Amino acid sequence: MGCLKTIGRRAFLVGSAAVVGGVAFGFYLYKKPVENPLLADLDAGEAALTPYVKIDAEGVTLITPRADKGQGAYSVQAAMIAEELDVELDQIRVDPGVPSPAYWNRALADEAVPFAATDQGAIATAARGTVGAVMKVMGMQVTGGSSTVADGYEKLRIAGAVARETLKAAAAQKTGVDVARLRTQGGAVILPDDTEIPYQDLATEASQIKPVAEVSLRQPEQWRLIGKPMLRVDTVAKSTGTLDYGIDAKLDGMVHAAVVLNPRQGGALDSFDASAAQDMRGVKKIVPVTGGVGVIADNTWRAFQAAAAVECDWGPAVFAPEMADHWAALEQAFETDPDSQGRDDGDVSNALGDAPLTAEYRAPYLAHAPLEPINAVVLVSEGRVDVWTGTQVPRFTQNNVAAIAGVEPDQVHVHGQMMGGSFGHRLEDEVARRCTELAMEMKGIPVKLTFSREQDFGHDYLRPAAIARMRGAVSEGRVKTLDLAVSAPSVLASQMAERQGLAMPGPDSSISQALWDQPYGIENYRITAHRAQNMAPVSSWRSVGASQNAFFHEGFLSELITAAGGDQLEQRIALCTDDVSRRVLQTVGEMSEWGRDLGPDRGRGVAFCMSFGTPVAEVVEVTNTPDGIRIDNVFVATDVGRVIDPVNFENLVQGGVVFGLGHAMNCEITIADGGIEQTNFHEYEGLRMYQCPRITVQSLEHNSHIRGIGEPPVPPAAPALASAIFDATGVRLREMPFNKFVDFV
Amino acid sequence: MKLTVNGAEHSVDVEPEMPLLWVLRDELGITGPKYGCGIAQCGACTVHIDGMAVRSCSVEVGAVDGEVTTIEGLGTPESLHAVQAAWIEHQVAQCGYCQSGQIMAAASFLEMNSEPTDEDIDAAMSANLCRCGTYPRIRAAVKTAAAKLNGA
Repeated sequence: MGCLKTIGRRAFLVGSAAVVGGVAFGFYLYKKPVENPLLADLDAGEAALTPYVKIDAEGVTLITPRADKGQGAYSVQAAMIAEELDVELDQIRVDPGVPSPAYWNRALADEAVPFAATDQGAIATAARGTVGAVMKVMGMQVTGGSSTVADGYEKLRIAGAVARETLKAAAAQKTGVDVARLRTQGGAVILPDDTEIPYQDLATEASQIKPVAEVSLRQPEQWRLIGKPMLRVDTVAKSTGTLDYGIDAKLDGMVHAAVVLNPRQGGALDSFDASAAQDMRGVKKIVPVTGGVGVIADNTWRAFQAAAAVECDWGPAVFAPEMADHWAALEQAFETDPDSQGRDDGDVSNALGDAPLTAEYRAPYLAHAPLEPINAVVLVSEGRVDVWTGTQVPRFTQNNVAAIAGVEPDQVHVHGQMMGGSFGHRLEDEVARRCTELAMEMKGIPVKLTFSREQDFGHDYLRPAAIARMRGAVSEGRVKTLDLAVSAPSVLASQMAERQGLAMPGPDSSISQALWDQPYGIENYRITAHRAQNMAPVSSWRSVGASQNAFFHEGFLSELITAAGGDQLEQRIALCTDDVSRRVLQTVGEMSEWGRDLGPDRGRGVAFCMSFGTPVAEVVEVTNTPDGIRIDNVFVATDVGRVIDPVNFENLVQGGVVFGLGHAMNCEITIADGGIEQTNFHEYEGLRMYQCPRITVQSLEHNSHIRGIGEPPVPPAAPALASAIFDATGVRLREMPFNKFVDFV
Repeated sequence: MKLTVNGAEHSVDVEPEMPLLWVLRDELGITGPKYGCGIAQCGACTVHIDGMAVRSCSVEVGAVDGEVTTIEGLGTPESLHAVQAAWIEHQVAQCGYCQSGQIMAAASFLEMNSEPTDEDIDAAMSANLCRCGTYPRIRAAVKTAAAKLNGA
C-alpha cells in the first residue's frame, strides 16, 4: 500500500518532541520531552523535531503509532494531526513508525487503576497520573483498551500545531515576511500575496530552527476535519484489493512456512517423523519449534500439506483436559478468598432476607478468530532481525524476537502491518516468535509463516469462560439489593505475566471489569471477584471482562426489575447515578420509542454497560417466528465526548453490536483432551448477513472526557438480546451461546 | 499449465490439485483474493471464473476451465467498478479483509439479478463472512451498486 511506504534516509523531519501538555490559558507548554525515535535515521543537515510528523521530498507523512486492526486507527490519528497541521487526508501518507517509548499510551492508565471512570475525585485522578507515569517509563506502546482517541486527542493535535507553527517560522525566515502575516492551508504556508510554499519546500529551513515551543489549539468551531464525515485513508485500497496486509507481504527470495502445534495447547512435542513430509514437492526444511513442528516450503499450500503429513508424538495436556474440569475450576474458585471486592454498599447480607432471588449465569470460552489468520515475516541477517507483522504490542514483540534470535532489542526492526481484524489476538505475538524460530534456520532468507485457520483456532488465547452467582431482593417495586460474585481466570496473569513476563501483582481488574464500577445506585450492592486456576490460557477479547460481565450483571438486573414489576428502562434510569449515562439511557428510549406497542409475538430488551469509560445503552427488538427468533432492530446510544469521524464511528458501533450478538447467539470454544475442539468457521459461525438487524446509532457529546468506541458497543448486546427474547417468549437465557436454548432465524 | 487471470495468460508449473487461491497468491503474486478459512466457509477468496463467483480456496487449479477475474481485474482505484464505487461511497470496510470477496460476490450476484429485493441481497451475501460486522453497509452498498448498474 502506497501510504504505508517506509521512509528512507533522505527524509526531512519537522515538528517538536513534546508529548506531555500542560494547560495554561489555552496554551500548551512543553514538559520533559521523550526521545524522538525518528532521530535515529538522519543524515547531516536533517532534523527531527516531533515523533509524529515527517516531511520529505514526496510530501508529508504522519506517524500513527496505534495499530490499525480495521478500526480506522490510522485515519483517526492522522485526522487529529492534520486538523492542526492544515493538510488534507488525501495529501498525506500514514506510517505506523517504529517501536519506541515515545509512543507510550497514557490512556491505558485509566483502565489500570481501581477507580471507576465516573470517579473524577482527587485520589482517582492522582492515581491515573501515577500509573500513567509508570506506563511512560515502561514505554507501553500498546494499542488496546479503546484508548487510541483518548490518548491522542490532545497530543496528536499538539504535534500537528507545533509542526505547523515551526513551518510558519521557517517560512518567515526564508521570505522575511512577519510570521503573524502567514497562514497555512492545504499543506502549504501562504504568504500575504497568496503565494503558496508547500511544506516540503520548507523542510530544510524548518529543520534548522528551534521548534516553536508554545502553541494554542484551535477551538472545536474552527475545525475542518474533526466531527465531520471523512474518507478513511484505507477505504479505496480496501475496496479495490490493493491494500497489502501482513499476510500479503512479498519480499525477494521469500519462502513460505506452516506449523503444526500440539493440539493440547501449550503442550510439548515429544518426537516427530518427517520422512513422509520431507520428500513432498516444494519442501525445503522441516524443523522443530516450540510446541510443534515447522515446515518451510516454496508455497503456503505446500507447507500446509507437508505440515499435515508430519507424524508427531505430543506431550500431555498442560491444563485441565476436559471442559467439565474447567467449569469445575470456576465453581471451586467461589470457595476461595476473593481476588477483589470492588463494591460493598449498604448491608447486603441483611437486606437479602430469607428468600432472595438467585441465579447462576455462564459464559463460554471464545476465540478471537480475525478473518486474516495470524502471520508474520521474519528475516534474520547478520546483526539484525526484521519482522513484518500486524501487532498491537510492537515493543513486546521486539523484545521477544530479540531473545529468540540472540540479539539486542534495538537490533530488531518491527515493521507494523495493517491487520485483517484482531479483536485482541494481535495483543499476542506467538506467530512472530514461531516465525523467528524458523527464520533462524534460514538466515538471510525472509520466512513468511501463515497459521492455517485450523492452527489459528486451535492455538488461540481465549476469552475467559466465566460463571456468576447472583442474589437479589426487591421491595416496593424497586431493586433494593444486588449481590454478584463472579469467577473467571485471570487475563493479566495469563497474557501479561505468563506470556510477556511482566509482573502483575494484586487483583486482576479484568475479572470484575464493568461490574463494580457501573453507575447504579442500588442500596445494597456487592461485587465480589474470584480468580479461577488451572484453566486454558486466556487473553483480551474485544471488551475483555465486560464482554461476559455485562451479560451477567444486566441479565440478572433485568430479572430483578421483572420481579419488582418495574419497567426495564425506567428502573435503570432511576437507578443511574451518572448524568452522562442517564442521558444515554433516556436517548435510547427516545430512539426506540420505548413503550410503543410492538404487535404480537414481539419483544424488546434494554441493557446498559459502561466499559473503558464509555456508557452504551442498547435496545434490541425481536420477533418470535414459528421457526425461531428473528432480531429486527437494535438502537444504540452512547457518549464518547467527541466523535472524530461520524462515518467510521457508526460503522464501529454497528460492528460491535454484530460482534456482541453473533457470539452470544452461536459461538463457544470447548476443550477436550487438553485442546480446543472447534477448528473452523463452520463450528464458530458468528452472525451472517441474513440475521443482521437494522442498527440505529446516536452519539451524544456531553461526556467531559474523550473516550473510545472500539469495544464498548459489544457488552450490552448479549443481555439486551436475552431480555428481548424473554419479553417475546418468556424464556430466560442465563447461559451463552443462546442457540443451545432457542433457535434463530 | 496455462491460466488466464485478469486478461493476462500465465504459465504455471504446479500440481493440478493445488487450490486456485494459492496459485494466485503464492505463484502469481495476486493477493487481492484472501485466505480466510480454506474450506469455502468465509468467502474471502471469492473470484470469478467466466463471470461466476467461486471460492478459489476450494477450486483445484486443474479444474479451472475459464478466465479468472480477481478483485484487481474487476476495477482499479483509477477506474472503479460500480460495486467498488458503491463500497467506497458507503465506506463499507473496517479491517477490509473480507471485502475483496464481498465485492466479487456482489458483482457476480448483480450480473444475475439486476433488481434484487432486500431478501435476495441477504440470501446472496450471507455466504460471505465479515467478522467486523459491516453487514448494514454491505446491504446499502449493494443497493447503490444495483441502482448504478441499472443506470439510475
